Amino acid sequence: MSEWVKTLSKVLYIDLARKRYWVESREDLFGRWLGGIGVATQLYMEEVPKGVDPLGPENVIIFAVGPFTGIFPMASKTIAVFKSPLNGYFAESHAGGRSALAIRFAGYGAMVIRNVSERPVYLVIEPDRVRFRDASALWGVRSAETVGRILRGVTPGAGTRSIFRIGGAGEKLVRYSMVMVETFRHFGRMGLGAVFGSKKLKAIVVVPRKNYRFPDMKRYREVYQRIFELARGPKTKKYHDLGTAENVLVLNTIGALPTKNFSLGRFDGAEEISGEALVENVLARRVACSACPVACIHLAAIREEYEDEKFMYKTEFISYDYEPIYALGTNLGVKDRFGLLKLLKAVEDLGLDAISTGVVLGWATEAFERGLISRSETLVDLRWGDWRNYMKALENIVKQPNEFYKTLAMGVEEAARKYGGEDFAMAFNKVEPAGYLTGPLYFISLAIGFRHSHLDAGAYSLDQKLFSSGEKLPEPQEAVQKIIEEESWRQVLISLALCLFARGVYDEELVSEALRSLGYEYSPEDLKKLGREIYFEKQRLKSEEGFRASRLRIPERITETRTPLGKISREYVERALKEFDNLIKDRREA
Amino acid sequence: MVKRLAILDANRCVGCQLCMLACSSRLGFAGYDKSAIRSRSVGGVERGFTVVVCRACKDPPCARVCPEEALIPRPGGGVLLRPERCNGCGHCIEACDIAAITMDEETQKPIICIYCGYCAQFCPYNVIALQEVEN
Repeated sequence: MSEWVKTLSKVLYIDLARKRYWVESREDLFGRWLGGIGVATQLYMEEVPKGVDPLGPENVIIFAVGPFTGIFPMASKTIAVFKSPLNGYFAESHAGGRSALAIRFAGYGAMVIRNVSERPVYLVIEPDRVRFRDASALWGVRSAETVGRILRGVTPGAGTRSIFRIGGAGEKLVRYSMVMVETFRHFGRMGLGAVFGSKKLKAIVVVPRKNYRFPDMKRYREVYQRIFELARGPKTKKYHDLGTAENVLVLNTIGALPTKNFSLGRFDGAEEISGEALVENVLARRVACSACPVACIHLAAIREEYEDEKFMYKTEFISYDYEPIYALGTNLGVKDRFGLLKLLKAVEDLGLDAISTGVVLGWATEAFERGLISRSETLVDLRWGDWRNYMKALENIVKQPNEFYKTLAMGVEEAARKYGGEDFAMAFNKVEPAGYLTGPLYFISLAIGFRHSHLDAGAYSLDQKLFSSGEKLPEPQEAVQKIIEEESWRQVLISLALCLFARGVYDEELVSEALRSLGYEYSPEDLKKLGREIYFEKQRLKSEEGFRASRLRIPERITETRTPLGKISREYVERALKEFDNLIKDRREA
Repeated sequence: MVKRLAILDANRCVGCQLCMLACSSRLGFAGYDKSAIRSRSVGGVERGFTVVVCRACKDPPCARVCPEEALIPRPGGGVLLRPERCNGCGHCIEACDIAAITMDEETQKPIICIYCGYCAQFCPYNVIALQEVEN
């Protein structure tokens, strides 16, 4: 076993109820499953019994990093694993910022957080020490940004530490609340914020102070140099230049830009909120996650005069990316650039997941339009493009002043179950979709994925390739196989805890070589095999909890709106999901 | 001519910390704490970064306060550390006006920039560069 594995294998266990912590050396896991999602999945199997309440004491929060963390460029992600309060299944979420390097150089490969604290608490994690600090004064601070500001002033490690925290949404158990990391990065999807909230865990500060000697400097330097050059090259140019917001016009052109709750594939205000327009008008600074030369984080400045005092101004900053632009912009018909940025900022401060929030409000707007709900529920008129009222609705999702907003805080699946409008309630396995109307493969991949991110399997790209080549749809079975194959390879990347924006940089050969420089022996074939194993381990977990893709509610809306590949056939999607179930069943029986 | 690290434009810094990781790896280590250069936000990344590294003073106060003559002024500016003489007292750290010196907790010796420019090779945005010291 590589010596490097030993340096990575320390798992920090924290019990929030007993206020105890201990460290175990888990070379058995890190030697077998690399790190990241591979290891986190196994820890989850050990920790979380079947059938537990995602918001109860038996759910755990697992964070894991990988062998490349702090070592190679773009290995900037921390993988979080937990049972999702949004859909009740094993779920994952990734975040960057300083989180991954902080965990690694605090001395850990993974952290497992168990149980529930009696009082609000925050953790300060340093090498060989965890402090449980009273968070009673922080509890109730609704802005996650403010929580970060406060903690920056009272905790050690300025410059390299990482601060994870929740806003009001996590405290109020909004099922799609997020955990903010540093500023502008998030464990966004699947409701980790609510799991923090249920444990009375307001924040975690991780202070990195450890150093590790490289096993083979010469080899390491050679590989590093190559990766560094690649990471600054054409493979990451998109993220460096316009950033992911580039997609707004790309998708609009082909008619795959979800608009007004997925009822259209083109948005007449796309130009105003495109990546191009944002760079031209509001881009103020670009910043990077630790160890990443790409610096894809695009920060917009919002300059605003106070309404109650003329000549009094403030300038705030907010990061933008394609997904929040889709969710809170095109999907809500918001073309006012200023209004969109204000919505992004509000979602950020309150600690909501931008995607889920936008989809929930999209459904609510349509339900309001159709008269399924009225002002007595919504308290404000919900109309496409009216960002001021959406601001109020956002606040209400967190404040939950009535039954309706309490329900909205549970997600769109629950809202539609209660108030109707299931045909246009956009959710797959109870999770609101990322923003692509590219074709059926994308929606199939959402139905069977874990993170409900477009990056799970990149199936929007499979759709787009079919569109540009003009080929016809593969047989459903083949479609499922393609999705699984791609998602399986990505398990390797996220076990190394790489950012998936680095997927063009790190091919099988390079991963194999980079691992060798650290003393690991994996051929490209070994890696692919491992990726498949991890993928099916994760599917097994879901399947054991009763997940069957063919039993999912597939919203009628996806069959009504034209995509670049034409209208999606329900039969095609259902056949694919059936094929998927059969495949999982066969594996289970084998 | 002697050289030093120059901060060309801290506003271009994106906070990727690749300079810090490079400096540490020069010594054979993965980590932050052995780096002689540091980049940190000035209070939230949205407000930008400050990059701190030895600026190679002509009359270095760190050398003046060293009781063991472990820090030797370099002709042209800056200092050289003779670790075998250093007793780890930390006076140099207090004497540095720009807080460019930190303590290596493992060796209990100060971390002193050697003006090699390795960090600058990995700065993606030309924030820092090795330059000749002006007279």
